[in-house]
Amino acid sequence: MSSDSIISIVWIYPDLLSTYGDRGNMLILARRAALRGLPVRTVEVRSDQPMPTTADIYLVGGGEDGPQALAAQRLIADGGLHRAVAQGSVVFAVCAGYQLLGGSFFAKGTQYAGLDLLDFRSDRGPTRAVGELGGPIDPRLGLPPLTGFENHGGRTHLGPSVSPLARVSTGIGNDGATEGAWRGKLLGTYSHGPALSRNPAIADLLLRWATGYDTLPPLDDTWADRLRAERMAATAAA
Amino acid sequence: MPLRAKVASSVSRTAAALSRAAGRGDGSVIGGWIGLKIDPDLLAHLAAGRSIALISGTNGKTTTTRLAAAAVGVLGPVATNGFGANMPTGHTSALAKAGQTPYAVLEVDEHYLAQVLIATEPRVVALLNLSRDQLDRAKEVAMMAQMWRTALAKHPGVHVVANADDPMVVWASAGSPAVTWFSAGQRWHDDSWVCPECGSPIERQADQWWCTGCSLRRPVPQWVVEDDGVVDPRGAWHKVSLQLPGRVNLGNAATALAVAAQFGVRPTDAVSRLSTVASVAGRYAQVVREGRNIRLLLAKNPASWLEAFDMADVAPTLLSINARDPDGLDTSWLFDVDFSPLRGRQVLITGDRAYDLAVRLEVNEVPFQHVRTFGEAVKLVPPGRLEVIANYTAFQDIRAELDRVL
Ligand SMILES: [Zn+2]
Repeated sequence: MSSDSIISIVWIYPDLLSTYGDRGNMLILARRAALRGLPVRTVEVRSDQPMPTTADIYLVGGGEDGPQALAAQRLIADGGLHRAVAQGSVVFAVCAGYQLLGGSFFAKGTQYAGLDLLDFRSDRGPTRAVGELGGPIDPRLGLPPLTGFENHGGRTHLGPSVSPLARVSTGIGNDGATEGAWRGKLLGTYSHGPALSRNPAIADLLLRWATGYDTLPPLDDTWADRLRAERMAATAAA
Repeated sequence: MPLRAKVASSVSRTAAALSRAAGRGDGSVIGGWIGLKIDPDLLAHLAAGRSIALISGTNGKTTTTRLAAAAVGVLGPVATNGFGANMPTGHTSALAKAGQTPYAVLEVDEHYLAQVLIATEPRVVALLNLSRDQLDRAKEVAMMAQMWRTALAKHPGVHVVANADDPMVVWASAGSPAVTWFSAGQRWHDDSWVCPECGSPIERQADQWWCTGCSLRRPVPQWVVEDDGVVDPRGAWHKVSLQLPGRVNLGNAATALAVAAQFGVRPTDAVSRLSTVASVAGRYAQVVREGRNIRLLLAKNPASWLEAFDMADVAPTLLSINARDPDGLDTSWLFDVDFSPLRGRQVLITGDRAYDLAVRLEVNEVPFQHVRTFGEAVKLVPPGRLEVIANYTAFQDIRAELDRVL
């Protein structure tokens, strides 16, 4: 946590990467922190503004090809996110934002350089992956199964120094077998938009990473639990 | 009209009548579908010789089409696709059914505008707005604007009536030689922060917006909503008494008057006709059940949810969300909507995807009760107004439930 003991959350480029209710992840993190009495500050950093280097959590959302390519160019030129990661900040990225964390990605038929923060690269798949996405999460993270919705044309190939976030039981994810990636305090997923709304345990993981606390007081997650159960039942039946 | 087109048109009308008689819908699609099978150019033949206005945009097109048809109706009967059948089959049915009337006002799905422009050679095209809709399959907003711009460039004779408050619409219209600008307001800004011309950020201040990197900026509108009326290009203010709620419908009325003016209809002659529109394909319909005055509002995407909150009275409110095929399968957009205007109202939630909504409302700090059925909701609210805001299939479900009871 930054020196003033307020958890600071930066939402990266909402003007470019906010296609699918991505604001939700920022709202959910802020709310879950506040309900535990943890002071929190949220900052929306537009693509024409310099990226702060000292925030605790950075969120990267989804977007179409053009904005995704533009976001990559500006983040590389700015360098602020790289400095923050080097200092131990948490990053949570979804969909197009997830692809940005890797070495390269495809947009509008062209290969673009990614931020190279995680060891993977993305290209185009034979089909667009649209629908429910889910599966058991890497046991080392100690989380209940992932559930979400994906909508992307990419396929992501993980290198040896990064771990998949989950194995796929529903949907496509990276390649039909694995989904998402994580290393250190960086985590990316194809579960797009407000991914944390269906995965409050991931939200709490990010808050634990940011604060250094091993545990956080439990919250009443009745509605999130019902939503998770309903979506997992629907995908099991399909 | 060539013989083939005559036959196609006649078969199209018969099929529509049969479809209605068989209780298989209102016939607004099937007739046109069969007619176009017999003669692929049927729509062009039916459109030939008529003065036509096309109305397109993400939101408000069904209502604006109804209002514009009412306004143009000063001149005589108007062909129109009043039930929201807004693809070429629906246009074909509407024109085949209407007979010889020289006027038509047609709602057009935004993806079909280019195609319908070619087929109908309209006199006027009204462009309302562009925003995110049906996330799992709709085109991105900038791509839609590009499609519109390209299509309009091929029809320089068309008079464009366009919303000065939406940067995407302004950019799409900017290549057209004849544009009338209206200001209908725009509550939703999250699809127009980036300039479609140069990629620079767009700045906003009060009603104004401008690109920080090029010359794109809000044009001066000739038709403007002011208080409970509309100011015309000559500066005259006309009181508009609508049965439809909300400022968004005053904006739709201004658009309708601007469209009608292109047909030579004076706003003074048209305004009284706007007040005859009470509901539009069930939208805004009011029904009384068990002492509750229930009003139905349709909200399909984030922009239309914001408008619905503005339209709704401060009263108990039922929200219903589905994610079936016509709605789009993805509920992520719930987090694009700020539900805080509902704080302080009694809020009930239902629908296939009520739990998605529950999680959203919790984060938004809007207290709510979950109900299994519409009937349960009616019993839980006190006698008086109940506002119902629902997305597409949820709206149809509630309409059906009300029809069964009444
Ligand atoms: Zn510009």
